[in-house]
Amino acid sequence: MPRPRIPVVVFPGSNDDRDAQRALERLGAEAPRVWHLETELPSDTAAVVLPGGFSYGDYLRCGAIARFSPIMGPVVRFARDGGLVLGICNGFQILTEAGLLPGALRPNESLSFVCRDVGLEVSETQSPFTARCTERRRLTIPVKHGDGCWFADPDTVEELDATGRILLRYAEGENPNGSVDDVAGVVNEHGNVFGLMPHPEHAVDPLLGSTDGALILGSLVDSARMSEAAPV
Amino acid sequence: MRATVLVRPKAGILDPQGQAVETGLRHLGFAVDRAHVGRLVELDLPTDDEADARAQVERMCEQLLANPLIESYEIELRT
Repeated sequence: MPRPRIPVVVFPGSNDDRDAQRALERLGAEAPRVWHLETELPSDTAAVVLPGGFSYGDYLRCGAIARFSPIMGPVVRFARDGGLVLGICNGFQILTEAGLLPGALRPNESLSFVCRDVGLEVSETQSPFTARCTERRRLTIPVKHGDGCWFADPDTVEELDATGRILLRYAEGENPNGSVDDVAGVVNEHGNVFGLMPHPEHAVDPLLGSTDGALILGSLVDSARMSEAAPV
Repeated sequence: MRATVLVRPKAGILDPQGQAVETGLRHLGFAVDRAHVGRLVELDLPTDDEADARAQVERMCEQLLANPLIESYEIELRT
């Protein structure tokens, strides 16, 4: 089977890029790490991953500075042209700050950094990021963040919910950060940009307690492979 | 011209830092009804035109210094 190319962007302060690379490669992708100073994405890029970490030391607001990195111009164009983009944790924060995803990530309600497995419910499986979850909608994937409290105004939340854009929610009683409506991950209007606070790349090996992350990243690899096969 | 920008969490938005500071102050015996924690940004600008400076700083706030979705801002200018 062809290995779709899914670059993982590395910002100063990213720290989950190698885990994301390893997880994607294990799931059948080719996942080169791309330094943020690059001014274009590798040729034949089929999807892009913005990994977790603390880009630019979380200065000003989490994710606020990373959007000025040279690589973000091509990433934003790729997303606007319909390319698949996945933002994990800090990557999610960057995508909201760049205006590619709705809402904002605020400090956790508890003010504590949370690092533990959480139960998640997949609300929608008709998505390039959750297609593999049809048989299994309850997932266990770790979170590790200090600023994961997703916020949007009630009208926005209602619209996102009505249009099936809240792909992932914390299961009842599992919300680790005070996110509005238990939102753990949202997708953009066209369905090609997804951001989530949990770390699927840390849950692809039974040694680490769960392989549920492979359902999300595997969905992305499947979708990237299909988008690569489709004539552009 | 010097601009001081005060960025605050918008009213109604959860402000756990403010709540933690409030609790801390109460522990110290102070009477506090409410505390909010925001951010202060000081800028030196190469202009003495107040209207121009204000317009520039407002754009800076909208584009970077504040996240208008969750934060409000206030601009003070002095020469």
